[in-house]
Amino acid sequence: MGTRQYGHKTSHSEPGPGDGGRTGSWRVARPILDASTCIPAKRGAAGCFICWLYCPDGVITRTIPPKIDYEYCKGCGICAEECPTKAITMVEESCFVQAKERKR
Amino acid sequence: MHTKTTILSLPEEEFVNPGTRACSGCGLGIAYRIALKALGRNTILVVPPSCLTVLQGLYPVAATKLASLNVTFASTAAASTGMLAALKALGKQDIKVVAWAGDGGTADIGLQALSGAAERGDNFLFICYDNEGYMNTGVQRSGTTPQWAITANTPIKGKLQQKKDVPAIMAAHNLSYVATCSASYPLDLFDKVSKAVTLPGVKYIHIQIPCPPGWGFETRYAVKLGKLAVETGLFELYEVEHSEIRLTGASRKIADKRSLVPVAEFFKAQSRFRIMNTSQVDEIQERINKKWAGSFETAEDTDAS
Amino acid sequence: MHVIESGNVAAALGVKLSRAQVIAAYPITPQTPLTEKLSEFIESDEMDAQYVPVESEHSALAVCIAASSTGARAFTATSANGLLYMHEQIHWAAGARLPLVMCVVNRGVGAPWTIWNDHQDSISQRDTGWIQIYVNDHQQIIDGVIKAFMLAEEVMIPVMLCYDGYLLSHTYMPFDVPDQKHVDAFLPPYNPAYALDPTRPANLNTVTLPDVRTDTKGRLAHGYMEIRYLLQEDLQGTIDVMARVEERFKGHFGRGGNPHYETYRCEDARFIAVGLGSLSYHLREVIDRLRDEGIKAGIMSIHLYRPFPALAVAEGLAEAEGVIVFEKALSYGYEGALCSDVKAALYAQNGSRKKRPFVHNYILGLGGREIKTIDLYEALHRSCTGGSKAQDGLAWIGLKI
Repeated sequence: MGTRQYGHKTSHSEPGPGDGGRTGSWRVARPILDASTCIPAKRGAAGCFICWLYCPDGVITRTIPPKIDYEYCKGCGICAEECPTKAITMVEESCFVQAKERKR
Repeated sequence: MHTKTTILSLPEEEFVNPGTRACSGCGLGIAYRIALKALGRNTILVVPPSCLTVLQGLYPVAATKLASLNVTFASTAAASTGMLAALKALGKQDIKVVAWAGDGGTADIGLQALSGAAERGDNFLFICYDNEGYMNTGVQRSGTTPQWAITANTPIKGKLQQKKDVPAIMAAHNLSYVATCSASYPLDLFDKVSKAVTLPGVKYIHIQIPCPPGWGFETRYAVKLGKLAVETGLFELYEVEHSEIRLTGASRKIADKRSLVPVAEFFKAQSRFRIMNTSQVDEIQERINKKWAGSFETAEDTDAS
Repeated sequence: MHVIESGNVAAALGVKLSRAQVIAAYPITPQTPLTEKLSEFIESDEMDAQYVPVESEHSALAVCIAASSTGARAFTATSANGLLYMHEQIHWAAGARLPLVMCVVNRGVGAPWTIWNDHQDSISQRDTGWIQIYVNDHQQIIDGVIKAFMLAEEVMIPVMLCYDGYLLSHTYMPFDVPDQKHVDAFLPPYNPAYALDPTRPANLNTVTLPDVRTDTKGRLAHGYMEIRYLLQEDLQGTIDVMARVEERFKGHFGRGGNPHYETYRCEDARFIAVGLGSLSYHLREVIDRLRDEGIKAGIMSIHLYRPFPALAVAEGLAEAEGVIVFEKALSYGYEGALCSDVKAALYAQNGSRKKRPFVHNYILGLGGREIKTIDLYEALHRSCTGGSKAQDGLAWIGLKI
C-alpha cells in the first residue's frame, strides 16, 4: 500500500473512462434500437445519426446500425426522444434484471 | 460564411471519455462533446469551478482527452491570458487556449477578469456554457437566471431581476467575434467554434444549456427545451463581428418566417417557472415581440446565408 | 557593475537577470516602480518577456499560476491589500507546487487605509505554504530574487521575497549588479517535470477526494491529505536546500552565506534582539551603544521565515539570557507572530535545558509609524537591565494613545 511511488506531488489526472464508475448503473430504463426502423440500418448506408449527435455521454457509435454502450449509458432518453422514426424505445431496466433472473 | 457542417461531416473522434459524473441528460454533455470536435487535440482548456469540473472528473481520472487546467472561480480569463503568455514565451503559439466557464464563472464572479482580458485583446476563445444558475452547487440563482425562475435561493418569489445580457456586454468590447449558441443546435455550435478560433483577440461564445434538474423537466426533453427557447424567440442564435449583428440558424428562420412559438409553451414545460402568472407571461411575450419587431421588418433586406 | 539605485529597481534588475518569461503587473504603492521598470526593460527589448497588465492582483497571480503550469518562469510583485486580494491564489500556487517568485514590498493593510511600511501583509500569509524570505538591503534584494528562482524551481514551492516599502523600495543604496552570463551560469532555464502539453494531456488541480483512489492504470494515487503532506515535507526540506543554494551563490558571486539568519555581535551576547528586514539593521546602532555601556547585546536578523528554521534559531538563541523580538506586525488576538515562533522553537529545542532565555515582544512601526532610535534603545535597555520581569506581555513602541 502507499502512494509515495505515484508520479506526481500534485493533483494531476490522466485521461481515462469511468471517472463516475459504471454509470450504466444509473439507468431506470435503457434505450433499445430497432434496426428495422432505424434509417441508416434500413438503408445500409450512412445517414441520420441524430442519436449519435445528441448523446450527452458519447456512448452511441456512428455505425450502421448505431451501437449503444450499456456500460456507461445513463438512460436519459434523449436519443429515443429525438429519433425521427422512433426507432429507439426506452425499456425499463427491471425487464432485463428479470430476464437475467429467469436465465439462472 | 463557410459551408455548414452536417452530422455526417462532423469528425467522428470523441474527445471525452464515457462514464462521467455529469447528470443524465446534461445539455453540457452535448455541447462540450461537439465543441471539442471543433477544437481538436492541439488545445489546452481552462476550467473554473462549475458543472464542467465535475464532468471532467475527480483526481486522478480525467474524462477529457485534452490537456486542461483547473483554476479558481474568478480567474478563468486571467489564467487563459497567463497560459497564452507562456505559450508565446515558449514559441508554441499554435496551441489553442480555450476557456470553458459556467454562467457564474463568466457573468458574475468571472466578469472582471473576462472584461480585462477582452480589453487586452489576448488571443483565446472564451466559452460560457449558460445553464442559467449555479447548478453545480445546487441550483442557486445567477446573473443569467431568467426572471421568475424558482431557484434554491429564490424559492418562493422566483428571481426578480431579468437575465443579464452577457453577449451584449462582450460585444461592447468590440471583439472580433461574439456568438450565441445552444446545446440543442450542435452543428451551429460546431461551425461557430470552428470559425471563432481562426479570429484574433478574445472571442466569446455563449451557449444556452438546458439543465434537467435545474430547470425542472424530464431528461429526455433536454434537446426539445433548448429548441423551444430559440423557437419562442426568448433566446436568439446570432453572431457579432465588430458590432455587426447577424442572426443564424433557427433564429434566422424565425426572422424570415416572422413566426414565434408562444413563450408560454417554454415556461409550461419547466417546473422552475411554476409560479408565473398570466400577466408575467404576457409581459415577457410583449418584450419578445418588441425585440423581434425590428428583425421582422428588415427580414426581406438581409441576405440569406 | 556597481550602481546606486532604489530597492525596487534592484528587484527589477534581479528579475531581468533571472530571465523571467512572464510578468504579471498590477500597480500598488509602493511596488509600482518595480513593475514600471520591468515594463521599461521589456518595451526597450532589454528583456525578453511577456508583460501582462492585469486588471487586479487576483488576476496577476492567476496569470503566473497558468504561465508556470504551462512551463514558463513567472513573476509578479505586490503589497498590502494587493497581496490580500490574491490570498486565494496564494494558497492555490502552493498547493499546485508552482515555482513562482513574488516580491512583496511590505506595507500595512487596511482598514484603515495606509500606504506606509509594516509587515502585516506578508506575515498574514505565513500559513499558506509559500517560502517566505525577508531581506535587509538592496544587495540582498537583487541577490535574493535570483536565489529565489533557483530555490523555487529546486523544491517546486513558490517564494515570497519581502522587503520594506519606502524604507528599502524607495531609498537609494549602492549595490553590485551581477553580469548576465554569471547569472546564467548560476540559474539554468526553467525545466519542470511536467508542463501542460497537448501531446501529454493531463487535467491539473481538479477536485481531489478525501481518500486515496486508483488511477487509470490501477495504481494508488494520493488523496488531498497526501498532496498537502508532501508540501509540508518539502517545505521542511527547504531549510537544507536553502543552505545549499546559498553556498552555491556564494561560490559564484562571493557574497552571502547566511541562508537562515544573519547575526550582528552575537558571539558572546547575553541579550539578543530578533527582527525581520531593515529594522534589524536599524537596531545595529542601538546594539553598538549598549555594547559601549557594557551590555553584551546582539541581533539575529531572520531571513528565512517560512519554513521556520526552528532548530537553527533555537541554537542561535540558546546561550542568551534574554531574547527581545521586535515586530512590525502581529497575530491579532495573541502576540507577534515571530515572537510565538521563536518561543515555540526555544521550547521545542531546549526542552531538556534547565534554563531558557526569557522572551520579550515589542510591536512597533505599524502603518509606517516612525521608529526612533532612542525609543529602540530605551526598550532594549529596559529588557536587558530589567530581566524577564521588566516586560509583561506585549509592549508597544511609539504608541501615542
